Amino acid sequence: MENTTHRQRAEQLIMDKHHSARKAALTAIGRAILLCITALPTLSVVFILFFIAKEALPFLDNLAYLKEFFTSTEWTPSREHDPHFGALAIFYGTIMVTALSCAIAVPLGVVAAICLSEILPFKVSQIFKPVVELLAAVPSVAYGFFALVVLAPIMQNHGGHLLSAIALVAGLPITFLIAFPLGEIAAVKIFKSAISFKGKMAHFLTVAAACAVPIWISYSVQGVTINSGTNALNASIILAIMALPTIVSISQDALTSVGRDMREGSLSLGATRAETIFKVILPCAKSGIAVAVILGFMRVMGETMVVWMASGNSLKIPEPFYNFLEPVRTLTATIAGEMGEADQSTGSARYHVLFAMSFCLLVSGLLMNAASQWVGSVKKGVKRAK
Amino acid sequence: MNKISKAIITAAVCAAAFTGVSASAQETKNIVIDGSTTVGPIAKAFAEYYKEINPKVNITISESGSGNGVKSLMNGACDIANMSRFMKDAEFKSCVEKGILPVAHTVAYDGLAIIVNPDNKIGALTIAQIKDIYTGKIKNWKDVGGEDAEIVIVSRDTNSGTYESFNELVLNKEAIAKNAEYVGSNGQARTRVNTTKNAIAYVGLGFADNTVKPVSVNGILPNAKTITKGQYPIARPLFMFTNKYPHMGSDLFNFTTLHLTKEGKEIIKELGYIPVTE
Repeated sequence: MENTTHRQRAEQLIMDKHHSARKAALTAIGRAILLCITALPTLSVVFILFFIAKEALPFLDNLAYLKEFFTSTEWTPSREHDPHFGALAIFYGTIMVTALSCAIAVPLGVVAAICLSEILPFKVSQIFKPVVELLAAVPSVAYGFFALVVLAPIMQNHGGHLLSAIALVAGLPITFLIAFPLGEIAAVKIFKSAISFKGKMAHFLTVAAACAVPIWISYSVQGVTINSGTNALNASIILAIMALPTIVSISQDALTSVGRDMREGSLSLGATRAETIFKVILPCAKSGIAVAVILGFMRVMGETMVVWMASGNSLKIPEPFYNFLEPVRTLTATIAGEMGEADQSTGSARYHVLFAMSFCLLVSGLLMNAASQWVGSVKKGVKRAK
Repeated sequence: MNKISKAIITAAVCAAAFTGVSASAQETKNIVIDGSTTVGPIAKAFAEYYKEINPKVNITISESGSGNGVKSLMNGACDIANMSRFMKDAEFKSCVEKGILPVAHTVAYDGLAIIVNPDNKIGALTIAQIKDIYTGKIKNWKDVGGEDAEIVIVSRDTNSGTYESFNELVLNKEAIAKNAEYVGSNGQARTRVNTTKNAIAYVGLGFADNTVKPVSVNGILPNAKTITKGQYPIARPLFMFTNKYPHMGSDLFNFTTLHLTKEGKEIIKELGYIPVTE
């Protein structure tokens, strides 16, 4: 009896010719359907890349236009008989706004991530994390509207106070992050030990002196009046707020993925919590944090609505070049603004130049993406004693 | 089953999946309108009024600028293109090439109001002064009799029919100063002037409400009387372009002849524009 049931079961398991053909066909169909589904997004990305490159080529092929595109600041595509396509001021606008917003968002975001993952109690960080991620849910046109209607008048009427607030909020984290490790190195070099009283005093004094710099800046800019509230600073502040959720989320994931063994090992060897964070955990998580920064950078570079509404859109490189209180124009806002007049059939160079701009943005995005993949894959090596 | 048969089946199903995707188009009674942000409020008010008479028609209005409006008409994406300027030669030619015969309906007249912040002392400017301000020759309000403050120039971007009218009637096609700020709509220009003490901008007359101060140009303030009499120097007609003349009795015909009816003229006057006839 047992033998027959075993045999029946065995027969069910053996694939005979009919069973095998039907199962193989079903497997093939299933695979094909999944292949279609996977292929669709890949094909669409390839198609977009190809289309943008194809439409940008008539403009980029023309060497005279190409040279003017990257070196001249005269942007007059609407003139009928002698149009100029000098986009230097526009490239500068994009670079300035991206650099400034990353300068605000990256230190703030990394320090926030450190707080959320290392310092705050678990229950508190459970509340804060979703709030930060809520920032990512606000539509960009709402941010742009806020920048135009609320932030611009505040800048115009209370410019000095706003600047001092920003100097404190953005400046203190940066200086703290820089001064803490440097102060420690200085203390060790001068007093031979960082934990002796002299060493600790030296460390504390360096950090205090460094933090006095943003406080002094914030005090001295109080009297500045801002003439026009839609400028590079306005757009950069809003873009920094938009990039924060990305940077905080990914940095926090990177920090928490450093194993408990690293933390416990460091603490058990007598390091303080601050030393553990800055000397052990941050270096371990640095590739993840670098990925976070690059992704935040990409987010900021491609943002259109906020810069179109809040950056002033003027075609001038600010004088002096670091003056972020002047209006600038970015590539994305130019594409959005010139789109209506540049029809395929009515104006050829005007149409293709917009695709040339998209192509530049696309190429920088792809390079950033590749950089983030490369940085993320660098192994967290442990130095071996030779 | 060997590998070749498997590969053939995979390929066949893929091909079938890709070609089998088809969309069914819904046919609804729609009027789609796109174009100028100056004519937009008129179209929206007309649409509201028309919906009361004929609730079965669905009217969608977007305001992306005169340039975008003519582009949509050319591509068959809209039925009416609102424009605050006439079509350019090249646009007309492209329309005809694509089989669209544009017909202009003049729905109202409009003046370009030059607006400044209500706290600004200046109340009068000449056309030459406005031109010099916008081309960058006059940089400070004190050069035209105001306070010592840098002028913040606000202009419309090149999509805009308002910009084209300003370019033709005031600037004589000279280049605007490089530090001018560009905004995307009449409403945004008004917001900038309202919130910025030293700003100057040009908007359609319907947008010069009591949150901003229109200045007199060559001594003449913009209103219905001065525009219809030709006294105000910066005035222009507002158009709605359709593809060929609409069939008499159709919804499109009723909509594009609303400006000739008494109710239509009331609506236009309420919005601050000037009806074509009294």
